[in-house]
Amino acid sequence: MKKIGFIIVCLSGALLLYATQDFPRWGDPNSPANTHVSPRYIQKTLEETDVPNAVTSILADYRGYDTMFETTVIFAAGMSCLILLRVFKRKEEDRYYRHISTGVTLRVKGEKTIPEKSKEFERIDTIWTPYDLIIKTVSRFLVPFIQLFALYVLAHGHESPGGGFQGGVIFGASFIILAIAFDLRTALRRFKEKTDGLLAALGVFIYAGIGALCLLLGGNFLNYKELARIFPFNKIEARAYGILGIETGVFIAVMAVMVCIYVNIVSEGRHDEGL
Amino acid sequence: MSQHYPVLLVTVPLLSAFIISGLSWVKKSLCFPVALVALGTSVFCAIGLLFKVLDVGVVEYHMGGWMPPWGIAYRIDLLNALVLVAVSSVALVNLVAAHKSVQRDFPEKKGIFYALYVLFAMGLMGITVTGDVFNLYVLLEIASLTAYALIALGKPDRAPLASLNYVFIGTVGACFYLLGIGYLYIMTGSLNMADIASLLPPIYHSKAVLVAFIFCMVGVCIKMAFFPLHTWLPNAYTYAPNPASSVIAPLMTKVMVYVMIRLVFSVFLPDFSFHVLHIGPALVWLACLAIIMGSLLALTQRNLKKMLTYIIVSEIGYMVGGLWLGNRLGMSGAILHILNDAIMTLCLFLAVGNIAYKVKQVGFEDLKGLFRKMPVTMAGFVAGALSVIGVPPTCGFFSKWYLISGAIQAGQYGFMAALLFSSLINIVLFFRVIEIAYFEPMNPLHGVAPKRGIIEEVPLSMLIPLLLVAVSLIVVGIYSGTIVNHIIVPVLPKGIG
Amino acid sequence: MEALIHHVVGKYNYWLYIILMMIGLYAMIAKNNLIKKLVGMNIFQTAIILFYVSIGCKKGATIPIIEEHAGMGEHAIRVADYINPLPHVLMLTAIVVSVSTFGVALALAVKIYQQYKTLEEDEILMRLREK
Repeated sequence: MKKIGFIIVCLSGALLLYATQDFPRWGDPNSPANTHVSPRYIQKTLEETDVPNAVTSILADYRGYDTMFETTVIFAAGMSCLILLRVFKRKEEDRYYRHISTGVTLRVKGEKTIPEKSKEFERIDTIWTPYDLIIKTVSRFLVPFIQLFALYVLAHGHESPGGGFQGGVIFGASFIILAIAFDLRTALRRFKEKTDGLLAALGVFIYAGIGALCLLLGGNFLNYKELARIFPFNKIEARAYGILGIETGVFIAVMAVMVCIYVNIVSEGRHDEGL
Repeated sequence: MSQHYPVLLVTVPLLSAFIISGLSWVKKSLCFPVALVALGTSVFCAIGLLFKVLDVGVVEYHMGGWMPPWGIAYRIDLLNALVLVAVSSVALVNLVAAHKSVQRDFPEKKGIFYALYVLFAMGLMGITVTGDVFNLYVLLEIASLTAYALIALGKPDRAPLASLNYVFIGTVGACFYLLGIGYLYIMTGSLNMADIASLLPPIYHSKAVLVAFIFCMVGVCIKMAFFPLHTWLPNAYTYAPNPASSVIAPLMTKVMVYVMIRLVFSVFLPDFSFHVLHIGPALVWLACLAIIMGSLLALTQRNLKKMLTYIIVSEIGYMVGGLWLGNRLGMSGAILHILNDAIMTLCLFLAVGNIAYKVKQVGFEDLKGLFRKMPVTMAGFVAGALSVIGVPPTCGFFSKWYLISGAIQAGQYGFMAALLFSSLINIVLFFRVIEIAYFEPMNPLHGVAPKRGIIEEVPLSMLIPLLLVAVSLIVVGIYSGTIVNHIIVPVLPKGIG
Repeated sequence: MEALIHHVVGKYNYWLYIILMMIGLYAMIAKNNLIKKLVGMNIFQTAIILFYVSIGCKKGATIPIIEEHAGMGEHAIRVADYINPLPHVLMLTAIVVSVSTFGVALALAVKIYQQYKTLEEDEILMRLREK
C-alpha cells in the first residue's frame, strides 16, 4: 500500500509541477487572473455597494449565492454530527457527586440521581480534575469580552477584515471556553440543545430568507437593491445593509453549529460530560 | 413567476430543509409533509423548466442581478433540463417510499434525516443547473457531506467504517477537481463555464490546460466510481440504510457523469477533448475494462444489495464509454442512459428496500420462495432486472441499442463486445436471483414469521412507488425515440460526427 | 538549466504548495491510523487553500480594502495597488468546507472507536475478517 501510494503521489506531483511552466510569474500584476474579472470588483466596490472591503462585497454580494451554500455546508455538518452521535436514551452508568462542604466524593449507581439544583452536592466528571480557581475566574471574566469582540468583527466586516464567519467562530469559541474551563453541563445550562438546533436553522434561514425577500419584491434572487422598495434607504445603501443582514444570519448559524459539533463529539452524543 | 423557476428549484428545498430541522425540535410529525411539498415543488419547477427550454432554447438566470462572469449565472439547456427532471422525480418518489422505513428504523432522528435528505436532493439539483465551476464544487460538497452522514446511519459495525472510507476517497476526488479549476483560473482568470470556453482556444496547447483537464477528469471519475477508482462504492452503498441508499445509489454517480459531459461539452469544448487530445480510444478501452470487471465482480457476490452495487459500477462504464466514442449515436446513448439508469437503479433498490423491510436481510439464502410471499415486489424487481439486461420495450434496451450502434459506427468493436458480454452476465445474475426466489421452497422462518396467510406484502406507501417506477421503465422505453430526437440530439455540440 | 532555475525561482510558491499537497496525499493513502489519515486530509486541503491564495498576489500591493481618500476626485482607484480579492473569497468557502468535512470525519471516527475500541485500520480489518 505504501509503495502504491508513493508512486501515485510522485506521479501527481510531477504532473502538477510540470504544468507550472506555463504559469505567469508569482506576483505578476498582468496575469490573466489579475486582469480579467477582478479589476471591476476593486474599482466598483465602493460605488456599487458602498462597502470598502472588496472581499466582503464579493463574498456577500457579487458571489453571495456561493456563500449561501457554504453556510448550508456548515449547517449540514452540524446536523450530521448530531444525527450520527446523539443518543437520547441514557444507559445505566455511575455518576459521581462531591459534597461541597466536606469534599467527600459519592458514587451513585444506576437510575438514582441527586437533583441538579441541590445546594450540598455538585456533580463532577468521571475523570477527576482538580478545582482550578485561576482558570475558572479568568475565563469567566474573558467570556463577555470575547463575545463583544465577536460582535465587533461581525459589524466591522465592511471596513476591516472580518464578517459573519469569523465573528461566528469567535462567538462559538466563547461557549467552548466555558465548557473547557468549567464542565460541559455548565455550558449546556446556558445554551440548551433545543436553542442550539433552532438557532442554527434560523441563521441560514435568515440568509436564504433575505434572498427570497428580494425575489418576492420583484428582482432576481439575492438582488439587494430590491430591498430599497420597503426599507428607507437608497439602492446602493440597500446593498450594504443587505450584506449586513446576511452576515448576521451567517454569524448566528456558524456560532450554533460550532457549539453543536463540539458538544456532540466531545461527549460522544450523551451530553453529560466532556473534556 | 416562471422566469424564476431555475432558482425556485433550488431555494424551496433549501428553505424547507431549515424549516424541517427547526420543526424536528418542536413538532416531529410535520417534517415529512414539508419535505414532500418541497420536493414536489422542485419536480413541478423542473418539468416547467423543461418545457420552457424546449420552447426558448437556453434559459439563463443571473444571481443577484450581476452579469456573468462577475456574478454567478445559471445556464439551462436541454441536457440540464432532462437530468433535472430525472433527479427531482427520483428524489420525490423515493421520499414517499422511505417514510415507513424511517419511521421504524430511527424514529427520534427522523426530522434531521428528512432535512439531510432534502439537502442532498437540493445539492444534486444545484450541480445540474449551475453554470459556474466553483459553485459546482460547493454544491458537490453539500451533496457529498449529506451522503456521508446518511450512509453512516446503517448498522453500527460496518456503516461508519464504509462511510469514513468514502469520506477520504471522496475528498481526494473533490480536491482534485478544485485543483483542476484552480489551474484553469490561473490560465484564464474566470470561473464561468461559458466564459472559460471562450478564453481557452488560444491556449489549448499549453501544459497547464492539459493538466487541468486531467485533474478535473480524474476528480470526477473518483466521484463517479469509475473502475479502478470505485473501491468506495460497494461497501458504502451496501451498508447504508435502505431509505438512504435508494436515493444515493441512482443519483450520485449519474450526476457525476452529467458533470463529465458538461465539462467536455461546455468548458473544454469537444475540439479540445477529441481533436487536440486524442484520448477517446484510450478512455473507451478503460470503460470496457470497467464494464467487464464490474460484471465479473458482481458474479462473485452472495448478497443481493452488493451485487446491485457492482452492477452500478458496470453501468458507469457504459456511460463513460458512450461519451468518449466521439459520435452522435454514442453520446445520445450515454445521455439517454443517465435517465434510464437512474430509473432502473431506483426500481431495483426500492424492491430491495421492500424485501429488507419484511425479511430483514438480503443475502441469497433469505430470498427463498419470495415470489409467493411478496408477489408484487418481486414483479417490480423482475421489471427492473429486464431493463438492466436490456429486453425491449423497457428503457434499458434502447440506450444499449444506441450505444452498440455508436460503437459499430466508431469502429470500437471491443466496446460492443463488452456491452454484449455484460448483458449476458446480467442475464446470469438476475436469473439466479429469480430462480432462488421463485423455485426454492419458502423458508417459513423468513425474518418475521407470517401470522395469517402466505402473502405478506409491504404497506401500500412502499408498493405504489415501486409499481410507478416499474411502469415508467416501460413508458420511458416506448418514448425513447421522442426523447432522443427532441431533447438529446439538439444539445449535442456541432463538431461531432 | 538556466531556464529551470528561472522557472523555479519565479514560481517557488507553487512548487512549495504542490510538495505540501503531495505530503498530505501520501499521509492519507499510506498511514494506518485513522486520525493520521484525517490529519493528512487536512494538510492536503490546507495546501490547496494556500495555493489559491498565492494566485492573487501582486508585487507591492496591499490588502483589498479600499482606502478612505481613494475614489474621489483626482485619485482614481489603481487596480495594481490592491491584491486580487477573488481567490480569497473562494478560499473562505473552501476553508469552511474543509472544516465541515473534518467535523463529520471526526464524528465517524468516534463511532468507529465506540464499536471496535481501536483506531488502527489493520486491526479493524482483522476483526472484521474474524467475524
